[in-house]
Amino acid sequence: MNSKEKVIEISQLTKRFKDVLAVNDMNFTVNRGDVFGFLGPNGAGKSTTIRMLLSLISPTSGTIKIFNKTLKENRREILANVGAIVEKPDFYQYLPAIKNLEILAKISGKEVTRKRIFELLELVGLADRANRYSHGMKQRLGIAQALLHNPELIVLDEPTTGLDPQGMKEIRDLIIRLSKEENKTIFLSSHILSEIEIVANRMIIINKGSKIVEGEVSELLNSSTLKVTIEVDDTAAVIKILEGTRWNRIIESITENKFVISIEQSAIPVLNKYLVENGVMVNAIIPVRSLEDYFLTITSGAK
Amino acid sequence: MIFTLTRIELLKIFRKWRTYIGFIAIGILVPLLHLAMYLEGQNSIDFVTRGLRDSFILVGNLLNGYWISYIILNALTIHIPFLITLVAGDLLAGEATAGTYRILLTRPISRMQIVTSKFLSGLIYTSSLILFLAFMSLAVGLIIFGSGELIVSGDQSIIIFEKSDILWRFFLAYGFAILSMTVVCSLAMFFSSLVENAIGPIVATMAVIIIFIILSAFDVEILRDIRPYLFTTYILDWREFFDDPLDLAEITKSVLVLGGHIIIFFTATSFIFNKKDILS
Repeated sequence: MNSKEKVIEISQLTKRFKDVLAVNDMNFTVNRGDVFGFLGPNGAGKSTTIRMLLSLISPTSGTIKIFNKTLKENRREILANVGAIVEKPDFYQYLPAIKNLEILAKISGKEVTRKRIFELLELVGLADRANRYSHGMKQRLGIAQALLHNPELIVLDEPTTGLDPQGMKEIRDLIIRLSKEENKTIFLSSHILSEIEIVANRMIIINKGSKIVEGEVSELLNSSTLKVTIEVDDTAAVIKILEGTRWNRIIESITENKFVISIEQSAIPVLNKYLVENGVMVNAIIPVRSLEDYFLTITSGAK
Repeated sequence: MIFTLTRIELLKIFRKWRTYIGFIAIGILVPLLHLAMYLEGQNSIDFVTRGLRDSFILVGNLLNGYWISYIILNALTIHIPFLITLVAGDLLAGEATAGTYRILLTRPISRMQIVTSKFLSGLIYTSSLILFLAFMSLAVGLIIFGSGELIVSGDQSIIIFEKSDILWRFFLAYGFAILSMTVVCSLAMFFSSLVENAIGPIVATMAVIIIFIILSAFDVEILRDIRPYLFTTYILDWREFFDDPLDLAEITKSVLVLGGHIIIFFTATSFIFNKKDILS
């Protein structure tokens, strides 16, 4: 199988809602077998793009090709091989979970057996409580309905939202398993960088409807400079100790018992040793890499 | 696929409690009307036949199931639309409110198929409500009051139908009632395609019906001119089947006007739904 076979090709995709430009001239490709991270803060245009990918909304301009076919002309054929969760999954609340899946199975374009439905309920941990609708359960059921017809492409819009840490881990493990063992192509939207870092091999970051960066996750996140929070017992002493040193210039903020510093990864142990040798009690060194920080890094880099 | 989708839509309709409001209303109201007729029906018959008794001797069972059913149909067909809109107004907007468009429209089915299946399921609901009304008023009426001749008062005449000449008229009248209520159903669906909350279509459809009925009721020159364009003018034309001879031209015109309204509302709904951005 050609590992570079394109599954999704987005060209000059634009969506305008009256005066609001939700997606602006978006271009990217997703290859077969990719776990493709689609990152952006809330309101960046992720959901609008995903809705266009699934033909829930029409683009103002641009083209979407999935499996080398244009979505506009081949919608039904394409959707027969796509499973999706769009934002929070909602179901027919007046029907039991199993009935919801049975209904969706019947219109999925492929033969879906009752056994498959039960297997999926088992997979997402709902086999024994398929008639209740907590938020976490909806999320799990959303995963199950996306996988019903064994699609080649799975589009997951913030699939871990509302799950507890254990649930989040399970979903991440499932994504990795689907990609590695079943060679599924996964389009994973999130506003949490660390989530993408764990599961994705390629990613795109968007903001205000436009692409900021696209590439291999390992390359994009492998910056040698890290932002770290250092927790100490006395920041006043730290300021005094670092005065006149090269570290002083790179302190970004200081609060009562911690300070944030941008530092070369290799220099962290050196700084730690220096602080300790000068009598500062270092309680913790925590890397900070929020999406916002990463944005700042790459946008300032672009300038 | 349409068959499967329609079955699914019917499942959705009949698993919601609001669907049963119409059936419950008819189930309570019609027996009450039966009771009222049992107690006071003879007075009504006497009122209708007061002019005849001076010249004719009226024999037989005039207070019968046919007459009761005719009276009930007269009384209720103007109110049934409100029961229809409760379900039809929810057909499309209900999916938007619940957020279920996102799981429905990401399946390999066309929007036209969805609209068609929803329309068909609305039609089946409408038919089942009218048939339930027919069962409750006609069948139960015949059981309680027995059969007999049907006496119908027109504008300037009173017609008495023989026992053997009645049942087919009721079949056609109820068929016509289904057609006219389908107009209401398709109008509610049209409003339902415009918004994302089911309350709006229900209120809008009711408002349109009330306004049209008021406009139809005023006998003023200017309103007389617009009356032929209001579908409410035709929804009670099932009464034409209780005329002798039948005015086939009038019946055909009513059927065509109502059918035309259904086609227009359905086409408009399909057009809007096909173009709609799903943002819910």
